[in-house]
Amino acid sequence: MSRVGFFTDTSVCIGCKACEVACKEWNQIPMSMHGFSGKSYDNTLDLGANTWRHVAFIEQKLPLDARADGASLVDVAQASTAASNGHGMLDTYQEGDGLRWLMASDVCKHCTDAACLEVCPTGALFRTEFGTVVVQEDVCNGCGYCVPACPFGVLDQREDDGRVWKCTLCYDRLKDDKEPACAQACPTNSIQFGELDVLHERAEHRLAALREAGQSDAQLYLADSDDGIHGAGAFFLLLDEPEVYGLPPDPVDTRHHLGEIWAAAGTAAVALGAGLLAAAFGGRRG
Amino acid sequence: MADEIRTYHGQPVLKEPIWSWEIPCYFFTGGMAGVSAGLAGLAELRGNEELARRAWLVAFGGIAASPALLTSDLGKPTRFLNMLRMFKVTSPMSVGSWLLSASGATTGLAAANSLTGAFPRAGRVAKPAAGVFGLPLSTYTAALIADTAVPVWHGARRELPFLFGAGAALSAGAAVTAATPVEAAAPARRLALGGAVAEIAISKVMEKRLGELGEPYQQGLPHRLSLLSKLAVAGGGALVALRGAGSRPASVAGGLLMCAGGLGMRWSVFKAGFASAADPKYVVGPQRAAIERGERRGGARSEPKVSAGEPGAGSPATAPPTPLRQHAPVGD
Repeated sequence: MSRVGFFTDTSVCIGCKACEVACKEWNQIPMSMHGFSGKSYDNTLDLGANTWRHVAFIEQKLPLDARADGASLVDVAQASTAASNGHGMLDTYQEGDGLRWLMASDVCKHCTDAACLEVCPTGALFRTEFGTVVVQEDVCNGCGYCVPACPFGVLDQREDDGRVWKCTLCYDRLKDDKEPACAQACPTNSIQFGELDVLHERAEHRLAALREAGQSDAQLYLADSDDGIHGAGAFFLLLDEPEVYGLPPDPVDTRHHLGEIWAAAGTAAVALGAGLLAAAFGGRRG
Repeated sequence: MADEIRTYHGQPVLKEPIWSWEIPCYFFTGGMAGVSAGLAGLAELRGNEELARRAWLVAFGGIAASPALLTSDLGKPTRFLNMLRMFKVTSPMSVGSWLLSASGATTGLAAANSLTGAFPRAGRVAKPAAGVFGLPLSTYTAALIADTAVPVWHGARRELPFLFGAGAALSAGAAVTAATPVEAAAPARRLALGGAVAEIAISKVMEKRLGELGEPYQQGLPHRLSLLSKLAVAGGGALVALRGAGSRPASVAGGLLMCAGGLGMRWSVFKAGFASAADPKYVVGPQRAAIERGERRGGARSEPKVSAGEPGAGSPATAPPTPLRQHAPVGD
């Protein structure tokens, strides 16, 4: 069975949140109420035990000659006016009044090298026949080791339950030859599901087309197998740097440093033994 | 780190650990138990029965408290036995669960033999075994927290095991010093003082090597805990060093102070990890800086591997629908 996953083309995301709703409905996920966050239209804020698809909203004001992320339109206009001795015009290139919306549906990356899976002591987290990473909720004892291990901050413990929950890539739907709920619900085909090889090829063409059209910040994220997690089952086409979307620029599976970690622990244990011997035998009296 | 670190509305990138107070307390009790077992075994070799008995008592106390603390912190405590479903070297928590089981069994047998005379034959094997298991038991917890994405822990992966080892020596030595008559306690005093000097030194080395990543140790609760614990260790150490050989009250006071300092250091490291996971700058800053310096390629790529080709190629609007895959039904 070839590996399947998501290609999320954020350039066509309209921020409708159908993916969030479909995911919650299909997986019977409990409520995660934060109230109005004040962070644009984002009221789920991040992935977690009760949010397995999270739509991010970023408002950027990007005049042609300035990377004014977060600067108010007034500041930029004043700067432009000052620079041209009072005759400035605010040159912008985006749709609308110099405002660019970035919207993206975030999800568990189902990493090739999945730190969560590797640190799980009970074996609850495992790799399915589809290449995805799933938590067996009848095994998980809520030790929580996977939570700080994930370089993307995906997993979390569910309150009043004690176990850790995350996106299963709709494992039950895959077994019935269906696509995941979020992919089915997405009205613009921003979330595309399929075999990873096919999705990768499609993504390259899409990146090339966007760059040709002048989107100089378009980039593929987690599409290659030589990054810190050796690629992922869910990769993205972004229109700015990953950190703008809340994603780490260089995620790394901590297991890549495991040799160092065990070597240090082992050496320290030996040093401790030497210290013990010195203390026990190092004096005149026993 | 770059000055203008871009974030998503200031939201954290990582999740803070879900562990609570039981965990830094376990770091303390496990280390104290592990090294006390070694101290007890070596004391018996030197014929210091008084010291050995007290050290086995301390070891037993620590090793009995440890699984209780860990089980209490689980999200589903009744499933604690699932920790032993497998032995997984990529998981320090898995390796540690087995280490703790082995330490528990051997230390329990050894202490029972030492204190009641029971299990004489098993005790002869259990005692050195407990001493040996106690060493990795004291350092694997550092490997556990280093094997995460938490910047201040992962960044100190080479120093933390030595810090925890020194802390274990300090805690065991101090606890046994407090519990033992002064004429028998010299090895325990030496262990406590050696551990104290090592812990303070290694802590400074760790913070220096962390550089900007070590900022959580310079401010707020982790900083206060680190400072207080160093003061307690130094103060208690002075008491033990100057008065411990002659005065039991000084040994008790100094020993307990040093234990408090050892516990405080674990809490400082614990809290620093939380602070480091909560602020996105500790994740984004170093990662973006390494990419800009050309040391890391990062997770993103701007250059397509193909040329643009057909207009609309790769467009979501023209993507074919997902074909239904035919595969053998499960259970066929």
